[in-house]
Amino acid sequence: MKIVADKPKMLTDTPLHYCPGCTHGIVHRLIAEVLEELGKVDNAIGVCPVGCSVFAYNYFNCDMYEAAHGRAPAVASAVRRVVNPDNIIFTYQGDGDLASIGMAETVHACMRGENITIIFINNGIYGMTGGQMAPTTMPGEKATTCIYGRDPKVNGNPVHMCEMLATLTGPAYIERVSCYDVAHVLKAKKAIKKAFQVQMDKKGLSFIEVVANCPTNYHMTPLESMNFVKEKGCTFYPLGVFKDITKEDK
Amino acid sequence: MKKLWKGNEAIAEAAVAAGCRYFFGYPITPQNEIPEYLSWRLPEVGGAFIQAESEVSAINMVYGAAGAGARAMTSSSSPGVSLKQEGISYIAGAELPCVIVNMMRSGPGLGGIQPAQGDYFQATKGGGHGDYHPIVYAPSSIQEFVDITYNAFDVADKYRCPVMIIGDGMLGQMMEPAEIPPMRDLKDLPNKDDWAAYGHSDGRQRLINSIRIEADDLEQFCNRLFEKYKVIAQNETRSEEYLTEDAEYIFVAYGSVARICKAAVVELRAHGIKAGLIRPITLYPYPSDVIAKRAKSAQVKKFITVEMSMGQMVEDVRLAVNGLKPVEFYGRCGGNVMMPADLVKYVKEGK
Repeated sequence: MKIVADKPKMLTDTPLHYCPGCTHGIVHRLIAEVLEELGKVDNAIGVCPVGCSVFAYNYFNCDMYEAAHGRAPAVASAVRRVVNPDNIIFTYQGDGDLASIGMAETVHACMRGENITIIFINNGIYGMTGGQMAPTTMPGEKATTCIYGRDPKVNGNPVHMCEMLATLTGPAYIERVSCYDVAHVLKAKKAIKKAFQVQMDKKGLSFIEVVANCPTNYHMTPLESMNFVKEKGCTFYPLGVFKDITKEDK
Repeated sequence: MKKLWKGNEAIAEAAVAAGCRYFFGYPITPQNEIPEYLSWRLPEVGGAFIQAESEVSAINMVYGAAGAGARAMTSSSSPGVSLKQEGISYIAGAELPCVIVNMMRSGPGLGGIQPAQGDYFQATKGGGHGDYHPIVYAPSSIQEFVDITYNAFDVADKYRCPVMIIGDGMLGQMMEPAEIPPMRDLKDLPNKDDWAAYGHSDGRQRLINSIRIEADDLEQFCNRLFEKYKVIAQNETRSEEYLTEDAEYIFVAYGSVARICKAAVVELRAHGIKAGLIRPITLYPYPSDVIAKRAKSAQVKKFITVEMSMGQMVEDVRLAVNGLKPVEFYGRCGGNVMMPADLVKYVKEGK
């Protein structure tokens, strides 16, 4: 029997704990596929956050750190200085982790231009804790701590991380992608591959934001949540490249 | 060879000699000479320094560097050490070795920048959330700063525990002759390949982690951690006794205050009053046995705990004395420092 498709070597056999329809699993797989294609499976080091992907270390079989909430970029910055410069280092963080409690760590790792890759899963809600408002919850979007929908006058405004970080000198590559259909999954894979290539070339920090879903806390079916991401999420958070110093180099 | 060293800089150079190659810190008075010194010194020896964006970030950088197997350190002063507590709890939970220095200033709140010992509870009782203790050293001279810092990295590695060294603004800023021990060869440091996560290709994941979501797993871990603390108490508890053999009045004090008490002991004895001093060098584990032994001596009339606080260590002295003798407290706070004459007067009047 001929095997035509297989699980990437970097992923373990542990069953994912993610809810049905959630795109965490897709992004995990993309990271694993890309690192395999780049020949970096054996020396990758991952830092996982607090949030839904807190157990990501169970799914990636490389060396891993479980960081305190929001502190993954600080942990990764220190690891970067200790380990071999050729080791690939990535953090995997959600919106509460990266853009709320860890905003300072995120911005300063970007300011320093750390040679690491940050994968940012933005679904605009706190998934693990049960659907509270995130720093990226869109105006009008409901959450358990803004039950009538986010009102910027009351709840403050959401943040566009890629746009904000692109104003900094430190980052080398910033792109926002999504995974709501096959074409976009393939685009996301291309972006993640580029991000790791930038790190391998020692060009500095690469940042990939994935506009993601949360069917459970959106109270939607997986398909409805994908449509929500496509129509609402990717309108409010437009996809594209926000910074690319490899182009500036040419 | 002895040289004149400022307390903070002596700690920094002793850390380098001990094989520490990574330091992460944030400016706060009165410990700034430690990050300033290491910012140029560590690159000289192939290490790295990051001025972190916050104390929170600095301690999490220590988590990363220690997790990758390096000897790593951070330092701060009271308000900054409060900010580090979350990270110290994670470091204890992940069983990572590191050294944290606290040059205490007065509190609560922003408080003042003058010397104090108000962080005793925070340092010795855990400080952050959950069941853990750092090992806590309280040196009282610049040479002792050096020797304890040099040794602290070995102790941290041996038990895979955070080690805290607490001084105060006075000790950090003053200068004394001290000798830095020889530079350790990094090749001789403990091999951490079994657990450190620096990117292995042998197919076995190294995981730096403090989450144990199953109740039984976490309880088992805490039991193991506290078994380790028992071994640490057996092996690492340290204290100094000064003229306690025949003493009727025994001061208990640590750090710079212990030196003031020593002067008071000499003065009291010149007046024919038999005074002595017990100086805990480790604050966790606490030298309770030494105090308990003296509490049983018939000639001891009372213990006087002296601190630059409103009375924190005095609770551990009372626990050790266990009602056998009176335990009194003499304290100054806010950055004020008692004089030997104050203690002489206190003992004479209370006699």
